[in-house]
Amino acid sequence: MELFSLTIHELQGLLVKKEISAEELTKQVLERIEQVEDKIKAFVTITKEEALKAAREIDQKRINGVSLGPLAGIPMALKDNMCTEGIKTTCSSKILYNFIPPYNASVYEKLLGAGSVLLGKTNMDEFAMGSSTENSGFFATRNPWDLNCVPGGSSGGSAAAVAAGEAIFALGSDTGGSIRQPAAYCGVIGLKPTYGAVSRYGLIAYASSLDQIGPFTKDVTDCALVMNTITGHDPFDSTSANADYPDYTSFLVNDIKGMRVGIPQEYFGEGIDPEVENKIKEAIKKLEELGAIVEECSLPHTQYAMPTYYLIAPAECSSNLARYDGVRYGLRAEDADDVLSMFSRTRNQGFGVEVKRRIMLGTYALSSGYYDAYYLKALKVRNLIKQDFDQAFEKFHCLLTPTTPSVAFEFGSKSDPLAMYKQDVCTIPVNLAGIPALSLPYGLVNNKPVGLQLIGKAFAEGTLLRIGYALEQNSQETRITPILEGVK
Amino acid sequence: MGQYEVVIGLEVHVELKTKTKIFCGCPTEFGGEPNTHVCPICLGLPGVLPVLNKKVLEFATKAGLALNCKIAEFSKFDRKNYFYPDLPKAYQISQYDLPIAEQGYLDINVNGQTKRIGITRLHMEEDAGKLVHQGLTISSSNSSLVDYNRTGVPLIEIVSEPDLRSAEEAKAYLEMLKAIMEYIDVSDVKMEQGSLRCDANVSIRPMGSKEFGTKTEVKNLNSFRSVQRAIEYEIARQIDIVEEGGKIIQETRTWDENKGITLSLRSKEEAHDYRYFPDPDLTPLVISREWVEELKAGLPELPAFKKERLIKEHGLPEYDAGVITSSRALAEFYDKTVSLHPDYKAVSNWIMVELLKLLNAENLEITDSKITPQGLAKMLKMIEKGTISGKIAKQVFEEMFNTGKDPEVIVKEKGLVQISDEGQISTIVDQVIANNPKSVQDFKAGKEKAIGFLVGQVMKETRGQANPGVVNKLLKEKLTKL
Repeated sequence: MELFSLTIHELQGLLVKKEISAEELTKQVLERIEQVEDKIKAFVTITKEEALKAAREIDQKRINGVSLGPLAGIPMALKDNMCTEGIKTTCSSKILYNFIPPYNASVYEKLLGAGSVLLGKTNMDEFAMGSSTENSGFFATRNPWDLNCVPGGSSGGSAAAVAAGEAIFALGSDTGGSIRQPAAYCGVIGLKPTYGAVSRYGLIAYASSLDQIGPFTKDVTDCALVMNTITGHDPFDSTSANADYPDYTSFLVNDIKGMRVGIPQEYFGEGIDPEVENKIKEAIKKLEELGAIVEECSLPHTQYAMPTYYLIAPAECSSNLARYDGVRYGLRAEDADDVLSMFSRTRNQGFGVEVKRRIMLGTYALSSGYYDAYYLKALKVRNLIKQDFDQAFEKFHCLLTPTTPSVAFEFGSKSDPLAMYKQDVCTIPVNLAGIPALSLPYGLVNNKPVGLQLIGKAFAEGTLLRIGYALEQNSQETRITPILEGVK
Repeated sequence: MGQYEVVIGLEVHVELKTKTKIFCGCPTEFGGEPNTHVCPICLGLPGVLPVLNKKVLEFATKAGLALNCKIAEFSKFDRKNYFYPDLPKAYQISQYDLPIAEQGYLDINVNGQTKRIGITRLHMEEDAGKLVHQGLTISSSNSSLVDYNRTGVPLIEIVSEPDLRSAEEAKAYLEMLKAIMEYIDVSDVKMEQGSLRCDANVSIRPMGSKEFGTKTEVKNLNSFRSVQRAIEYEIARQIDIVEEGGKIIQETRTWDENKGITLSLRSKEEAHDYRYFPDPDLTPLVISREWVEELKAGLPELPAFKKERLIKEHGLPEYDAGVITSSRALAEFYDKTVSLHPDYKAVSNWIMVELLKLLNAENLEITDSKITPQGLAKMLKMIEKGTISGKIAKQVFEEMFNTGKDPEVIVKEKGLVQISDEGQISTIVDQVIANNPKSVQDFKAGKEKAIGFLVGQVMKETRGQANPGVVNKLLKEKLTKL
């Protein structure tokens, strides 16, 4: 049996019945990693020994009759921007190449508490800035569907790992689409939760007001299970919401009759690959067949989302990344003659081109004399974008759009930064509004996965899971697995 | 000099004495081995987030109320971005355009005149760490170490209006501010430990002019004395420049305590662009009026009110009342003592003269001395009963100050009880008369003063224990009989 290809809930059944042990499962997934990793290159760090040890501990607990949750013994991967005590956490940046955090991110603490087994830390665009994982300071990750194509980004390593069977599930972070876009490109489920639903404590910040951690899974049920573990109020994160977090599996009912789904026109047409659009239209038909009420709608400020994002995110990042100065940890330039040159040389050597570009953009946007015209204006437009969504959700339970304008592209094909930024055109508005969105695979175009995005109002993850679940139960298009060339 | 008006505004940083830091659970305690009061949060390690210590908001609000400020209904934290090794996040979490408190004032008293000084704003922020240079000076050091113990200790910055007109007024303002912070118990306000820090904005303008002159900001003022000296120096320097037809340059200057001069640190052009923006890691503060009212009701009597009360109800001279209420500890010492021995004048005199003399001589705070209000009250009762003389009491007081012993014990141990027995004193008086014929002659010749010498001799013989009244009386009787 190929355990690595199963879902959390399938594996949990086998673990509970003691048909397999967590150690066997972990070993098999580690073997899978060994088999495919030189092709995929999803991991920056693999924690083999720690994983096996953790798996054995879970097995012992099960033998001892300790009550265990659904994630117990399940091998998983974390994007390398979530702090793991004693385990290198690099953000795929040279500037943090040797950084070993002395503490755990809250989300990792929760996963540890749930008994899940960390396999390693996944590759990403440096500091989560990018849409292809080509901006990693170390190496690029490849798309399991086509090794000449990018896996998407910035959480490309996590998406590729789950798609290639190198992890049963993984966590990523999404600032402008960094979970949903790679999920779409790799044909897996990716959820960006409501801002504040998952603690950011220990997530190395890119843009604090937009960053949110979320899961990559193989199906909607697994997504609900991971959400049950990772959401919740955290006193260590002031922006963490003190809300009632539901049991997300309670939304997994195969019934969406009468649910109202809005189709925002701004997300279709120009700039969207017609074949991708066709696939999305098939999904819309499917929803109608299942009894959903589908109607067109409008989010008029959508066109301003991209410029707004590229002021707010760089502004925050210019401040968030200022701490990498070589004084306390990470890279320190050797050839400095004074403190100022130590700062600038360290940062010049440690950061990649895209990170530098965004730091400079943000520094400019916050500078005295420009603040009102850029940053403050962007905050106001952000509010308008939020209002668009608020109005739409007065009428609709959820909105449906493509996740990305096209399927995965080839390495090096988007060398113009603007062309790359446009990959996130459908995902960015959601982060600006702080609302949740689910990316669900829906068929293939040129043998590469298409992603469908369901957007909900704040804390309506359950609604998204419900609609996703119904699609999954009633369409083969949502269950797709890549066949890796040259792998048995 | 008379033709210029001096304009001074002060920016004062006060370290709040909360138990833990502003955004993490580390202790705020002063001292400690370097980098022992730190955690991932105050070290600004990748991924950490700040969570506001509610006590900081409470202390800052109290300070705002005590300074008669309007407390914001809506406030927020901003990031002040700049690179420096002692600033681990390369930004300081501070408050920019929506500070917790604005538009207050405090009253100062200079040369018997009361003057109201405006407070522009009061905001909360985190402190930075400290560089420890590995050489005698920063320029002669090959390397520097950083101690982050102080990083994240809560501060409030209090900015005055440019209402101060002399170095003396500036000093009075700072002293009053210190007293108020002490009274409301939000800070240790010790300049030498850095829990009270002050920068001065100084400018001059022709007398009668409405426009401000170009100002300089003077930093590194580490004592009340240096505040006054630096401002005096800076005023003189600016007047010299203007008199010689020069122009004042807007710049930041640093006070060199040893040389007694200010030196240019950086010009306006070199000033940082701090790129302030709202900190996205902290949610805005909505401050309820009920909570503010509660804090207001809980404020203690502030120094200005207390001073007024001591003048009106206790009949103390204004100067004495001012001195006693200038420090919370001193005022509490006074209150406690008069509650045990309600002779206001006597208590105030002993504090004003003897206690302050001893404190100043040893450069101590009242809290550092061993003397207690109970001790002083007891000693004053002993004077009242005639057990000891006022003169002996000074000895007893010094002993109490140094050892904290009970005055009765001191008097007993040292045998200092006053001798009022006429028989006993009479014998000594006789001896003194016999041994000092010259003085006796002088007295007889009409030199009244000579009796003072003779009294002194008797006191000397009795080691000061003889009751001076009895000695006087007996001497006079015996001398007139001669």
